[in-house]
Amino acid sequence: MAHLQEAAAAKINEICDRHIGQKTPLIMILSDIQNEYGYIPLEVQELVSARTGISVAEIYGVVTFYSFFSLTPKGKYVVGCCLGTACYVKGAQQVIDKFSEILNIKPGETSEDGLFTLDALRCIGACGIAPAVSINGKVYSKVAVKDVPVIIDQLRADAAAE
Amino acid sequence: MALVNIKIEGRPYQVEDGITILEAARKCGYEIPSLCAFNHGECNQGSCRVCLVEATGAKGLVASCVYPVNEGMEIRIATPKASAARRTSVELLLSNHSMNCQQCDKNGKCELLHVAKLTGARENMFLGEKTPVTVDEISPSIIRDTSKCILCGRCVARCQNAHGNGVLSFQNRGFATIVAPAGNRPLSTSPCIMCGQCVSVCPTGALTEKSEIALIDAAMAAGKHVIVQTAPAVRAALGEEFGMKIGTPVTGKMVAALKRLGFAKVYDTNFAADLTIMEEATELLGRVKNGGTLPMITSCSPGWINYAETYYSDLLGHVSSCKSPHEMQGAIIKSYYAEKNGIDPKDIFVVSIMPCTAKKFEKERPQLQHDGIKDVDAVLTTRELGDLIKRAGILFRELPDEEFDQDLLGEYSGAAVIFGVTGGVMEAALRTAYFVLEGKEHEAIKFEAVRGFDGIKEATLTLGGMEISIAVAHGMKNAKVLLDDIRAGKSKYTFIEIMGCPGGCINGGGQPYVRPCFLPNEDADILDTYKEKRAAALYSEDERNSLRQSHNNTQVQQLYKDYLGEPNSHKAHHLLHTTYAGREAFID
Repeated sequence: MAHLQEAAAAKINEICDRHIGQKTPLIMILSDIQNEYGYIPLEVQELVSARTGISVAEIYGVVTFYSFFSLTPKGKYVVGCCLGTACYVKGAQQVIDKFSEILNIKPGETSEDGLFTLDALRCIGACGIAPAVSINGKVYSKVAVKDVPVIIDQLRADAAAE
Repeated sequence: MALVNIKIEGRPYQVEDGITILEAARKCGYEIPSLCAFNHGECNQGSCRVCLVEATGAKGLVASCVYPVNEGMEIRIATPKASAARRTSVELLLSNHSMNCQQCDKNGKCELLHVAKLTGARENMFLGEKTPVTVDEISPSIIRDTSKCILCGRCVARCQNAHGNGVLSFQNRGFATIVAPAGNRPLSTSPCIMCGQCVSVCPTGALTEKSEIALIDAAMAAGKHVIVQTAPAVRAALGEEFGMKIGTPVTGKMVAALKRLGFAKVYDTNFAADLTIMEEATELLGRVKNGGTLPMITSCSPGWINYAETYYSDLLGHVSSCKSPHEMQGAIIKSYYAEKNGIDPKDIFVVSIMPCTAKKFEKERPQLQHDGIKDVDAVLTTRELGDLIKRAGILFRELPDEEFDQDLLGEYSGAAVIFGVTGGVMEAALRTAYFVLEGKEHEAIKFEAVRGFDGIKEATLTLGGMEISIAVAHGMKNAKVLLDDIRAGKSKYTFIEIMGCPGGCINGGGQPYVRPCFLPNEDADILDTYKEKRAAALYSEDERNSLRQSHNNTQVQQLYKDYLGEPNSHKAHHLLHTTYAGREAFID
């Protein structure tokens, strides 16, 4: 098992300490780690286990139960296409297929350049603007297939500009 | 406890408020089919839906294992609606189950088939996709086959309760859910200690021991000199495999069966348990006199050794360097016995019958092999011995009582017999330590303070003018308390006994399954009493034995005189002691 660098380990412990003592600290700890690093690999779960006394097996179970948590790094932009009923009847499948085609990744995968992760979401509660696409928390409304290359080009340009 | 009035199938009853419908029904004389519920709520997921009943005040059918009774509740078990729902639940479980029952290790002991019969489940009611399967056969101890798993959660609960830092959990969600170590890794690269407690509660063939019966067949076919030895706890439970009441000691019949199975010699591991006491007591007194690392901790339980190496590698200096008794016995058989009988150790095959799955792992340790020769070649659980005897067509219950072979390694003390129960190793050690330090035998012989099933037992004794504090823990969850104290530098003990399984070896992961549904002749509370009953079988054999202390074993004394010199001699160290090494929890 690879070992984390000291600084990273200290950060994980600091995140654990923020929530230890609460009634159910695990979800909050994992949520903060997910936000900080973008994923929660087994090495990190071992650290959380050592700090909190919760078994690695249980932590792993929680990480794999909630789709918000990830075991592998996500891309800079996480493209979440809603496939809930309203979005679906408004053509969301064609929208996610277009993202998939251009980025050359399947839902759940991350592009080789590390820029994009494609996620298929169930209803995100934005039925009035279906089909909806949520990218890093920003929601795009009534996305049509022809909008997809425009969105991708814009994000690529944003990344290049940084 | 307040009582409430309920009705079951229209008849009035009074039961304790707040207990589950399942428990209430049991008290009133009704057995509702159930699967995931186990051992008074040790596992109560309400997940299998096999125990559905109708109850007033509830919407729809309720899972009786988790739904509490309340005043005025009317419960209906046998209505067409409830019966059909239970049947459907079982049919759904069967639809995602690999049905190769004839080759399943749990054939004849399967609770899923039991509830299938009770509910009248029909075949192939729901054909379709099945959850992807993992079969992990890498560990020398345990096989995990998810195609047989019904996601009841019993193993998850037991692993958490016994181990304290559970290795198994539910992973993923929905149809992809499995029970597995983190990352669905093999048990052998996870922090599993191979204790087999998960196996002992699994209702199906999802978790089983890895059988080594074929190794014995091969050794016999190859003309090896095959010697068998039996651990103390086996005699307290083997009879259960043949329908005998729990707690029936079957030492004589077990020996008779082993002789009929064609073993060249049938020895008792107890000889080596006496030897262990001589080595361990000498090691302890040496540490006390020479300022060695204290407290010293026993090393007989391989589950505990796996735990120590994984989680407390900084404390390995506290663990006695003594090999576990069956490994000592193997080493003596392949040296002393081999020399005395003029047999090449390479031609000897040693089989250990153990109540334990971790012993299968232990025998593979490189530290327990010399020049490519293992101390012990095969380990069978008590259950596997039952299978072996049945396969040979031997009518166990009709066997006469026979004696272990008496030459060289035949004698054993009552102190050795009680090694099989929590506190037993400590008591055996105290009997000898008392003699060494006081110059006379302990009059009462018994040390009551270390008996019984409290999680942690402790006592302070004055021996030879020295005050000695001792402690006994069983199950890793209890041991952890003592270990954390040592790590923090505040342990007051001189000597600690740790056994991996709750209750010690009598409740080892290789012992016969205790399933009330298959034990119609046992009391309804058998899950509360079986450990005491098995322990009583060992304590009674101790009391029947005229030899009660390890140091009075004349064959052990002869072994030192003829061969080893004295306890902890150079030769004794070479043959009877071992080393430990820390390991990572998750191995790449």
